[in-house]
Amino acid sequence: MIKDQWIMGIETSCDETAVAIIKNGREIAANVVASQIESHKRFGGVVPEIASRHHVEQITVIIEEALKEANLTLSDLDAIAVTEGPGLVGALLIGVNAAKALAFAHSIPLVPVHHIAGHIYANRLVTELTFPLLSLVVSGGHTELVYMKEQGHFEVIGETRDDAAGEAYDKVARTLKLPYPGGPHIDRLAQDGRDTLDLPRAWLEEGSYDFSFSGLKSAVINTVHNAEQRGETIAPEDLAASFQESVIEVLVKKTIKATDEYKVKQVLLAGGVAANKGLRRTLEKAFSEKNDIELVIPPLNLCTDNAAMIAAAGSIMFEKGIRADLSLNANPGLDIELYN
Amino acid sequence: MTILAIDTSNYPLGVALIEDNQVLGEYITNLKKNHSIRIMPAIQTLMKDCERVPAQLTKIVVAKGPGSYTGVRIGVTIAKTMAWSLKIPLVGISSLEVIAAGAGRYFDGYISPLVDARRGQVYTGLYQYQSGVLTIAKEDRLVLSADWTAALKEEIKKPILFVGNDLPLHRDVIEAALGSQAKFAAITEYNPRPAELAFLGKDKQGEDIHSFVPNYIRLAEAEAKWLEANGKTIKG
Ligand SMILES: [Zn+2]
Repeated sequence: MIKDQWIMGIETSCDETAVAIIKNGREIAANVVASQIESHKRFGGVVPEIASRHHVEQITVIIEEALKEANLTLSDLDAIAVTEGPGLVGALLIGVNAAKALAFAHSIPLVPVHHIAGHIYANRLVTELTFPLLSLVVSGGHTELVYMKEQGHFEVIGETRDDAAGEAYDKVARTLKLPYPGGPHIDRLAQDGRDTLDLPRAWLEEGSYDFSFSGLKSAVINTVHNAEQRGETIAPEDLAASFQESVIEVLVKKTIKATDEYKVKQVLLAGGVAANKGLRRTLEKAFSEKNDIELVIPPLNLCTDNAAMIAAAGSIMFEKGIRADLSLNANPGLDIELYN
Repeated sequence: MTILAIDTSNYPLGVALIEDNQVLGEYITNLKKNHSIRIMPAIQTLMKDCERVPAQLTKIVVAKGPGSYTGVRIGVTIAKTMAWSLKIPLVGISSLEVIAAGAGRYFDGYISPLVDARRGQVYTGLYQYQSGVLTIAKEDRLVLSADWTAALKEEIKKPILFVGNDLPLHRDVIEAALGSQAKFAAITEYNPRPAELAFLGKDKQGEDIHSFVPNYIRLAEAEAKWLEANGKTIKG
């Protein structure tokens, strides 16, 4: 009989303190997330110092909860996987140092994980990955197309040159005076509006899989501003729908183009913006015509930041033999191709 | 009884291991380097050299601030996680008290340990040895060094020993206010000694580990601004 593999994941890169335990890389035994969103709401965004303070308050509580939920002790663990980066450095440091303390005190192997690799591997908690595959990663800090030829190997074929899609959502939400975080509010408003404003789509140069959203963001702000000066009002629903249409059209068309070029078997949606209903629907529709390609979209709780995804990616990294020693540091600008 | 002490609250990085009434080992540096990279390897090396394993530890004592927010969080996170997972008590000690403990043991008067906090401010407090026990006369605080020394001049009649790596930055202000009442510790006393930290926590009761947090003294800047903008009074 083959022994089960148990991996603990620790994730503190932004404003969630999260610990999870995964069995054999794919089964969730525990997945605990303490969100700080209520603490940051009144500031209109995540305040790094406050996020770090909350992580220190929460970290041992959440580790304990995860072990209880999984009905395991530390000695059952094969490895501890922790988000090394990217993210807020002060926030990352809490997870990294807690993981190192556990690894040292209980002689458990330590595995460093890239946050985006985690988002991609959230999909492996839904279904087994088949290669080659393409992942569209869309979150508050990232908009990337990542090609994977095999487990644990990442190649960024396109990324944003300025704002991440999630950032553009937050800025447009602020223009519309919607509460933080703005993404879900725009998504909701967009359901009731129509794409009437003909906002720009940034396709960039021929053949590029990169993205750019700063022009779109400025176009939204200018449109609102100009309308105000003329004494007109634009229905917020239509503005939201027009903005969202523009974002989604670029994301989906580039994804499909890359899918064709790289002849992938699977397309994985990953990152917090994967919770966006408009994006999900458009992708599902686009891929419903492509019978030979499987589209995977994780459930909402695995799209937003969590530690199950870090443990899932950590399981593969662990099998690849990747280890960190006790000098592991938080790396806010970590490169996803580093551990290929 | 084997106690591990950890201090990463300011530039000095300190680890000590004490057992019964003996200092087994100490590691101190005073460098502008990243504590997150160096502290765990320092703990590992010291414990290995002293031939002790984590399971033998009976208590962890950590310097809980004030100091660098990020620095103190690194030490506190490690101390909390180790203590909780090894099921041993955790004790937090003021980072300033540790500085006072070493420098002032045989000094007849008060001790003001200080750490620069920029713009003329210092983190400081007032301590005094009474019958061999370090006691606190004025709580740790963030204050302009000029205001602090003026207040001391007013209230304190005994000599006051100033100590800390940032002393040179504030020496002129201190001397101007207190003259010969101010005494200055030797450079070799500036660093907080992790063995002092271990002994300060040795007989103290463990605290609730989950809720243990650093003593930042100050609110996060965004929090303070928000409270001000919303007409609330700022405490702490
Ligand atoms: Zn994320």
